[in-house]
Amino acid sequence: MDSDNKLEFILVWLTFLVTSLAIYMVFIYAPTERVMGDVQRLFYFHVATAWIAFAAFFVVFIASIVYLKNQSSLANILGLASAEIGVLFTTMVLITGPLWARPIWNAWWTWDPRLTTTLILWFIYIAYILIRISAEESEKRGRLAAVFGIVGFINVPIVFMSIRWWRSIHPQVVSGGSFDLDPRMLHALLTSVAAFTLIYLYLLQKRFKVELLQEKLKDIKETLRKQKHI
Amino acid sequence: MDFLKKVKVLAGKDLKLEFRTKEMLSSMLVFSFIVIVVFGFVFDPVGQDLDELFPGIIWVAFIFSGILCLNRSFIAEKENNSLQGLLLCPGDSSIIYFGKLIANLVLMLIMEVISLPLFIVLFDYSLAGSLLQLAAVLFLGSLGFISIGTFLAALTANTKSSEILLPVILFPIIVPVIIGAVEATGVVLTAGDSAELRAWLKLLVVYDLIFIVVPFMLFEFLLEV
Amino acid sequence: MSETPVLAVKDLSKQIGEKNILNGINFSLEQGQVLSIFGPNGAGKTTLLKILSTVIDSSEGEVLFEGRIKEKKAVDISKDIGVISHSTFLYDDLTAYENLEFYGQLYEVEDLKERIFTVIEKVGLSFCVHDLVRTFSRGMKQRLSIARAILHLPQLLLLDEPYTGLDQHAVEMLNVLLSNLAMAQRTVVMVTHNFEQGLKLSDKFLILVEGSIVFAGASEDFSLAELQTKYKELLGD
Repeated sequence: MDSDNKLEFILVWLTFLVTSLAIYMVFIYAPTERVMGDVQRLFYFHVATAWIAFAAFFVVFIASIVYLKNQSSLANILGLASAEIGVLFTTMVLITGPLWARPIWNAWWTWDPRLTTTLILWFIYIAYILIRISAEESEKRGRLAAVFGIVGFINVPIVFMSIRWWRSIHPQVVSGGSFDLDPRMLHALLTSVAAFTLIYLYLLQKRFKVELLQEKLKDIKETLRKQKHI
Repeated sequence: MDFLKKVKVLAGKDLKLEFRTKEMLSSMLVFSFIVIVVFGFVFDPVGQDLDELFPGIIWVAFIFSGILCLNRSFIAEKENNSLQGLLLCPGDSSIIYFGKLIANLVLMLIMEVISLPLFIVLFDYSLAGSLLQLAAVLFLGSLGFISIGTFLAALTANTKSSEILLPVILFPIIVPVIIGAVEATGVVLTAGDSAELRAWLKLLVVYDLIFIVVPFMLFEFLLEV
Repeated sequence: MSETPVLAVKDLSKQIGEKNILNGINFSLEQGQVLSIFGPNGAGKTTLLKILSTVIDSSEGEVLFEGRIKEKKAVDISKDIGVISHSTFLYDDLTAYENLEFYGQLYEVEDLKERIFTVIEKVGLSFCVHDLVRTFSRGMKQRLSIARAILHLPQLLLLDEPYTGLDQHAVEMLNVLLSNLAMAQRTVVMVTHNFEQGLKLSDKFLILVEGSIVFAGASEDFSLAELQTKYKELLGD
């Protein structure tokens, strides 16, 4: 087993163990919330995926800056992989959110600043992926996406502020949803965050491998084509 | 000063081309008009909620027709590859960005100035606020939309599906402008709270500044061939 | 021969992404010399011209222009360079005069009006100065694009496949112009697929394959047939 595979092996098992632990903590260890009941347990996954998604987008931002500075293909793939995983996690946030909101707030959706910003964030990074699909050469793809990765990230706090002002003027339909955090709940949340961090790293590593293999395949194809003079 | 002079030359060239053919301006005007008429069918124009709806309706019309203009601005330079000719010229490539920005902004403002009175007549809307304030809101909102829009139009012009891509990547980025412009217009039209107006104008100014500086810094990466 | 060459390229390399587009390119040109660059598609000819014209940077090595190091978008240097490409860079809905006026202002040409009429006469378009470019034939457009390239009196002229899409008459016209330019001590670099014209007009030539110079020679030492045989041989057919 070479060092690359060894790392993957450790990562896979660590992810498996921590995720199992997180499932135990969330469903058994953490007490049932008094008012909301069992549905509150969604909160651990919801918050954890949200945090990791934001972190993933921050990684896209950093990778974009690095890519524009030195055109390293590492930064290029990191940006792509992180954006894809970020969109995946944001999708989970947007699905778990309404599932939780429906019984608690009696509404699937509310135009709350955090929710709405998350939705806009989702749009921004889908746009980022679309740019990658639409540009032809790989160098240009990386460059254009990196430029958008920077603009999109800078935009996020402005979107959040503007939506907050906008909401503060219009009447709030629902508010709150806060509850006292039992220490055991906090433990469950932190474990869940750790689990999703590991899942993020695992997917990132896999995505890297796929991308590198694809590039290798392209090179082989090109060499073959040259040999055959087509 | 050379920088500004060249920006003027570039914007002047675009505007001269446009006023010669009037292709873009006429399409923009007709399109914004159509959007408004469609809204007229969708929402009962004599309804009582006009104060709430009107600012949103006009900005949707402006932004939709503004997209037409943005989509063309760099694609037009691909004909005869004149964009390459511009890049060969001495001077910073951001000259091209600012030239395009000004030309697009002028077209957008002309379209707004012509269509707004039409909208007011069509909806029989009674204007309560000050025209000067309205002009400031229109200018700041359009500037924010055009500054980031011109930048992203240059980005999508490099891709194979540029016309489809631009609206998709532009709309999430201009959310703050849409909110700011619509709310500020609402306040002005109903002669509302001036503190609230100032807050929205502040948002627009901050947005405009950020999205002129950021494209200025990043523009050269978009045009590298 | 002891004076500084107008253009000197030293160990120039360019990577785009992981790909090597150009490897270790070296050559130099004295004032008034004409260089032809031949090579198959994808050999890096256009990239080389883009680097020479300051649109993009090289990854390694340097380009010296009259002894000055060339950087991307170096204003003083791009002022001294004119480019003629198979695209005309013109605006169809502007007149010939307006096109030249526009580019002249961007190049900060002095006594612009006078200069415009001089170059327009040179390319034989005086009869349609105020006509829209849209109404021009392909050959006329190409002539105007030559006028555009020499408007600011560049020291170095770069030609990217200038013969593409030209009729016989326009080709002759271009040749006359180019030899006039060479006589006026303008240095020219030309990328072309057209061996006949490329050889006839140049002082030296080089063949570029997969980003490297595989052959360089003085044009007068080779006949067209010899060059074509050599070229086929180098491509490994």
